[in-house]
Amino acid sequence: MRIHQIIITLLSEVVTNFNLLVFLKNLSMKKVLNKVLLLGSGALKIGEAGEFDYSGTQAIKALKEEGKHIVLVNPNVATIQTSKGLADEIYFLPVTAYFVEKVISKEKPDGILLSFGGQTALNCGIELHKKGILKKHSVKILGTPVEAIMATEDRKIFAERLARIGLPTAKGKTVSSVKEGLTFAKQLGLPVMVRAGFALGGTGSGVATTTQKLEDLLTKAFASTSQVIIEESLYGWKEVEYEVLRDYDDNCITVCNMENFDPVGIHTGESIVVAPSQTLTDREYYSLRQTSIDVIRELKIIGECNIQFALNPRASEFRIIEVNARLSRSSALASKATGYPLAYVAAKLALGKTLPELRNLVTGKTSAYFEPALDYIVVKMPRWDLDKLNKVQGGIGSEMKSVGEVMSIGRSFPEAVQKAARMLNDGYEGVVDKNFSSESKDELLTKLKTSDTMRLFTICSALTKGVPLEEIAALTKIDNWFLNELSKICKLFIDLSKKPLTRTLLSDAKQLGFSDSQLATIYKEKEINIRKKRLQWNITPYIKRIDTMAGEFPAQTNYMYMTYHATKSDHQPEISYSSSELKAGREVTSKKYSSRLRSNNKIAVIGGGPYAIGTSVEFDWCAVNTVATARKMGWTTIMINCNPETVSTDFDYSDYLYFEELTLERVLDIFDVEHAPFIVSVGGQIPNNLAPKLADAKIPILGTSPTQIYRAEHRKTFSEILDRLGIPQPFWTKVETTKEAFREVERIGYPVLVRPSFVLSGKAMSLIYSEAELKEYASFIKLDSRQHSLVMSHFLEGACECDFDAVAQNGEIIISALSEHVEHGGVHSGDATLMLPAAKISPSNTQDMHQAAAKIIKELKVNGPVNIQFLIYQDEPYVIECNLRASRSFPFVSKTYDRNFISIATEIALGKKLKPITLTKTPPQAIKVSQFSFHKLRGADPVLRVEMSSTGEVAAFGQDPYEAYILGLMATGVKYPVKKAAFISLGGMKGKLAFLQSAKDLQRLGYELYATSGTALFLKEHNIQIKLVGKIYEGLHPTALDLFTDKLIDFAVVIPETTQEVVKDLVQKSYSDGYMMRRWAIDLSIPLFTNAESARFFVRAIKMYTPDRLTVKSWNEWVSQK
Amino acid sequence: MGKRAYLHLEDGESIEGLAFGYKGDSQGEVVFSTGMTGYPQSLTDPSFAGQILTFTYPLMGNFGVPKPQLLHPHLMANLESEQIWVKGVIVTSHSQNPSHFEAMMTMDEWLNKEKVPGIVGIDTRALTLKLREKGVMKGVISTAPKKVDWLSIKIPTTIKDVSIKSTQTYKPKGKSKKTILLLDCGVKHGIIRALLKRNYTVIRIPHNYDVSKLKFSWDGVVISNGPGDPKDWTEAIAVVKDLLTQNKPIIGVCLGHQLLALAVGADTYKLPYGHRGINQPCQDVKTEKAYITSQNHGYAVNTATLPREFREWFINLNDGTNEGMRHKTRKIMSTQFHPEGNPGPFDTEWIFDLFGEVA
Repeated sequence: MRIHQIIITLLSEVVTNFNLLVFLKNLSMKKVLNKVLLLGSGALKIGEAGEFDYSGTQAIKALKEEGKHIVLVNPNVATIQTSKGLADEIYFLPVTAYFVEKVISKEKPDGILLSFGGQTALNCGIELHKKGILKKHSVKILGTPVEAIMATEDRKIFAERLARIGLPTAKGKTVSSVKEGLTFAKQLGLPVMVRAGFALGGTGSGVATTTQKLEDLLTKAFASTSQVIIEESLYGWKEVEYEVLRDYDDNCITVCNMENFDPVGIHTGESIVVAPSQTLTDREYYSLRQTSIDVIRELKIIGECNIQFALNPRASEFRIIEVNARLSRSSALASKATGYPLAYVAAKLALGKTLPELRNLVTGKTSAYFEPALDYIVVKMPRWDLDKLNKVQGGIGSEMKSVGEVMSIGRSFPEAVQKAARMLNDGYEGVVDKNFSSESKDELLTKLKTSDTMRLFTICSALTKGVPLEEIAALTKIDNWFLNELSKICKLFIDLSKKPLTRTLLSDAKQLGFSDSQLATIYKEKEINIRKKRLQWNITPYIKRIDTMAGEFPAQTNYMYMTYHATKSDHQPEISYSSSELKAGREVTSKKYSSRLRSNNKIAVIGGGPYAIGTSVEFDWCAVNTVATARKMGWTTIMINCNPETVSTDFDYSDYLYFEELTLERVLDIFDVEHAPFIVSVGGQIPNNLAPKLADAKIPILGTSPTQIYRAEHRKTFSEILDRLGIPQPFWTKVETTKEAFREVERIGYPVLVRPSFVLSGKAMSLIYSEAELKEYASFIKLDSRQHSLVMSHFLEGACECDFDAVAQNGEIIISALSEHVEHGGVHSGDATLMLPAAKISPSNTQDMHQAAAKIIKELKVNGPVNIQFLIYQDEPYVIECNLRASRSFPFVSKTYDRNFISIATEIALGKKLKPITLTKTPPQAIKVSQFSFHKLRGADPVLRVEMSSTGEVAAFGQDPYEAYILGLMATGVKYPVKKAAFISLGGMKGKLAFLQSAKDLQRLGYELYATSGTALFLKEHNIQIKLVGKIYEGLHPTALDLFTDKLIDFAVVIPETTQEVVKDLVQKSYSDGYMMRRWAIDLSIPLFTNAESARFFVRAIKMYTPDRLTVKSWNEWVSQK
Repeated sequence: MGKRAYLHLEDGESIEGLAFGYKGDSQGEVVFSTGMTGYPQSLTDPSFAGQILTFTYPLMGNFGVPKPQLLHPHLMANLESEQIWVKGVIVTSHSQNPSHFEAMMTMDEWLNKEKVPGIVGIDTRALTLKLREKGVMKGVISTAPKKVDWLSIKIPTTIKDVSIKSTQTYKPKGKSKKTILLLDCGVKHGIIRALLKRNYTVIRIPHNYDVSKLKFSWDGVVISNGPGDPKDWTEAIAVVKDLLTQNKPIIGVCLGHQLLALAVGADTYKLPYGHRGINQPCQDVKTEKAYITSQNHGYAVNTATLPREFREWFINLNDGTNEGMRHKTRKIMSTQFHPEGNPGPFDTEWIFDLFGEVA
């Protein structure tokens, strides 16, 4: 303390010198720093999602304002940060030390930013530093020094540093072997917490209650790390996080604190989180805040950092769990929760700016050095997609499995939590739902003993069943305050179920977050009737602004949410309508009304909602580009979205941001205020599904008409259209009973693709190869219960699949792109590898597809984006799907052709007349490779199926598809082979024959090949030298597993017999040997191929390209060549 | 359902809500605070005397009210004074089921016990925006919907109530290093605790105390925070003037800063809606270091009127208003903010150390 004061006194005495120092520092920063290298996080994966597109994009904005030349390395093609007009040079290359060094020697940057690309960028930065690459090329790390990063990443150093300033971390020890771990745990006493160092999202971490479980965890952890920490278990303590900023001048603030609904023990990415903290006293809040600042000062972090605490709920005691010296998922959430642009400010601080000299971007007047005051509560809820994955373990714990999240804003916890449940877009109308209440009290209590993804809903079911709150608290360790708030909802739910709907009840229900649809279910009414009644009673939500200062200063921005805990709106747009027109509102369908709406020059874009398997950052790219284009054209734009991990929810991308539910009810509420027509074609499936409902409510929609969207979505109608247009489609039929299914399958023939007409969960869609399977499947989905029907279609085996992406105006194609899948049909297009331009399709097939597409587009009068999927079977293209919206591949085709398809679609939606665009220049060869997160999903079978399972994607350019493929694969984490050894297990004769040539190639390349008996025998017959290994259960050592654990091979090719095997596993829940091998490969981080086409492609690629031959070119260079 | 209650405002608006806490009428100046935590500290802060406090944070009472603990017969360990000083409380909601191991009762029960009326179900953001636009105004919390005769409503002066009646001495736990005279204008106990923590003996004297009567010597003077218009504190200003003649170190906090300013000839003025919150950014003008501070004041010192021998010490980074001053040669300093936090951050607690060093 004394030294501190002396310094302050000294500084104030020598004020002139001090200012000179600041001046010199700024001067030197400016002089040295012209070019800055920014590392991205690559593909979206569990633990690293779109939040790093947000942070990278904000960093770019901050750097541009300071006049820096920005070089970005990020292979994630679907991101906004890799769009035109942001970074000066973009490299779609793997974020690895090898490639980043190549970029450094080419671009010669002065500085590098490591904290905006998640753990991927941080790890890469540490490696660049350790290898001396940065020093060699005189690249300065901007912001947090690398020593600080390493201190936070190495748990031992971390604990020591904190102990030095007297701060408590969980008691524990770093161990370097399973044995050492077991010994230490014995000393500490079970349960213990196991944490793997350098882990993304906590892989190999967990609570061990038994010695057996501890041994399992340790084995898994040591597979990917050399350091594991064993700690006292703090299970049941409150988990609290702080987001802290520090500048070069040692000014510190905490921007936001957050409290986890779930106790310590559940990963914060798996937990419901609220901001600000709700159950902390002022003393607790501010002592943890002070500790956060002490930590950031001790570690000398410059920029942003996240600190996680465990707080004892029964005593004044805490532990520091973790420090993340970088932007994180939590910091993205904190930014959206408070309106404080953390990433933007962190980037400015990295450049040497100080907090007091920066402005608060929301008020425009006040300082960025302040701590936001909230006058609302924020609830974050994770979005899981475990149902889409075969065999995955369903519990939640200390490892992250969620694929996305939503954030809701309200003025009470019940309001916000019910909003969040709906935002998940997972079928919930709120936290209490009649569908969940079928379980008995005992069943519910049993479920609550373990944590799973349904926990919140199970708790509410238990509360409605009258289970005492204390009992739930004892089982879940969730704080009573949260449970009490939930019980308010449950109590009203019971009331509503018993009493007729009155104005008071409805008003109370709205304040507790009940939706019209929820009330409609309770009262067996139509949602629209509840709405009518509500409007009659004048119960409408109010609009409030997020201004970072709880009303103390006016906001210059329009970041808004809606609430029923209010009597006045902050925002009341001026509408140029007469009151009678307003009253008539949506009933006015006349052209006059539509043209009035248009003359208002205002549009609303519905965003993509939470990230989930199938809805990823690409739809955020589409939504952001739509508003950007519309703004450029002079339109006022409104964005509606609820995903905090996005750029679209940054308040400065649109004129008005509604951080709101994407439900019909809320979208109508917004329309009633804003009177702006909607664009529904750029946010993926959520807005697409809303389109017909909005049309029913007579809401104007720009672009393709909802009637046409319905015609494309409705299977029978669309099929009839194809027939009429003479376009081939695979034969399909709909059946209601098992008997019917067997009759129809006679006509169709096996294999047959089956899909229930309802959405139960992703895994219901399957490929069926035999009668026995069909029988099992029919009983599995309870076909004969007659609750739904089953669509069966002929599966065209071995067919080549193509994606046709286009933008059309009034049924005429304006621009189009055709990409070809590497994998044969049967692999979901979202999982497949896409080649653009198509590499092997014959000109006549290409022409046929173009013609078919043109006919469909004309028939459906497409006026905007469209995606059509084809299968080429026996030299003839078949149409399998048509979506009248932007597809997942829009950013990919736009960036490959260097033509923004979404801008074109927006111009069309806004009525600009366009002429067809002929692409004269040949684009570079590009490939889009999917990123899977199987390693995060314990037990999931990593086989590619008809259901999508990837979580993200990358793109790469190359001189040919093979070069692009190898770069793309490496960008998803596959390492280029160095050991020259591979394991092969080929199921079925088809699989064996398919890979034969590749096996020969590998042998010629000098690879050592290992195989199990069947495959070995086959390959030996074809004169390929094979080392035989035992199947896992044969007990014959070495087994395949030994190869994996001892890391003797570069990659494994494990192809299932047909998807038959997978179906059997699905239905019978059995575990085949193939599954075990695939799973072990994933768990032990061995690159794995489960598809013959991609495995062959890979072998061909490594045959043609060694790493040193791979091209290092920027996107600019690729698209401007020739 | 609870009983209806009304918030009548001087500008003619009446807002309906539900009564909570004490069921009765109350009048005062309606102000707002943006702090998200620390309602027990705010409600017991004597600077709020005579005011009806609006909480902008909509979820109040979540962690209940702690059992009051004494460090000394006249010193609270966990609250800012022995009683609730606000005249009324305006909230969006309050928790009937607080959850905290230290909680003894609900906010509702506490207000009832202390006879302070509250009103719940109010859109406190809308009210805050109004106060921001129109400035703070008189208000009445009442269970009656009837109109108010505003001319008859006078906000009573609170000086006599908030200051201690007779001198109190507080001894630190450790060996006393210094003796500090505390001029009590409604001191927050946090200030006393902060001084005791530094092993200073604190002698708390009433705001109109005749210092010539003091029989012992002291090392420094703290002029406390307190409610209302500093210009109404004529007796206290006279005491400060007296103390200034003695060439001992002096520090003023909040109202104490304003009283010191008035005593040395500077002027104060009323801010339109004050600074009440725990996130107020202040910057040391010389070092350019910035601090997050806890604040509760409706008046400010006019920087332009500071006498030549004083320099501005801190400024508010949001609106540029004065946040402190320092004598250029003598050991006299003051801050508009509360270095002791409670509620709020401890960024500026070092100011007490600095004061101790010079005292």
